[in-house]
Amino acid sequence: MQGGYTTREPISPAALLALVAGPDCGATCLFLGTVRDGPEDGGVTGIEYSAYEAMVGAELDRIIAEARRRWPAVRVALRHRLGLVPTEEASIGIAAAAPHRADAFATCRYVIEEVKQRLPIWKKELRADGSVLWVDPQGRPAVVGPE
Amino acid sequence: MVRLKFLARYAELVGQEDLELAVPVPTTVAEVVRRVRASVPGAGALPEQPLTAVNLRHVRSDAQVRDGDEVAFLPPLAGG
Repeated sequence: MQGGYTTREPISPAALLALVAGPDCGATCLFLGTVRDGPEDGGVTGIEYSAYEAMVGAELDRIIAEARRRWPAVRVALRHRLGLVPTEEASIGIAAAAPHRADAFATCRYVIEEVKQRLPIWKKELRADGSVLWVDPQGRPAVVGPE
Repeated sequence: MVRLKFLARYAELVGQEDLELAVPVPTTVAEVVRRVRASVPGAGALPEQPLTAVNLRHVRSDAQVRDGDEVAFLPPLAGG
């Protein structure tokens, strides 16, 4: 899949699965990352995602090409949502289909781990008390504005 | 001339996303960062060694920068 990795609309798992479906694939993994408001998260109502979109496309092309070199028979489709994503909705969806389950699981895991390490995307948490906080990669919020 | 791009929180610190910087080329990312922090209003608050990309690729601070390159300043990544 080339380009078209980002969307401001809800991610459709069915559409992702359709992109990787094929008669040669006997195993399909679907990963969804969703916006969370756990007990330690302090009343998150949504996350505002922003991106360096040109680089997101370039980096995802590279990540998926790497996955295809490692698991040549795998098909991969990915969407990352931008803009405001409410709690419980998916911010990312990855579908990986392969002839057998080991490669489908491995590819899906590889792509999400590389995404977390390499994709130029940032998020602001919107809290129930009206505050807005940038989130750092360890999940600790940082105060918006100059330090 | 080098094109600069500030993303997310760094764009808020600098007050804009896109700038151009006159700098003798070729140079290195580290030198571009040093000049930006010293001369661009608001950029003094950027880290001394921020994540950077040149022409849409992650690079280390010793990477070469040539005329017309786009050097991006990336806050800690939080995708997924």
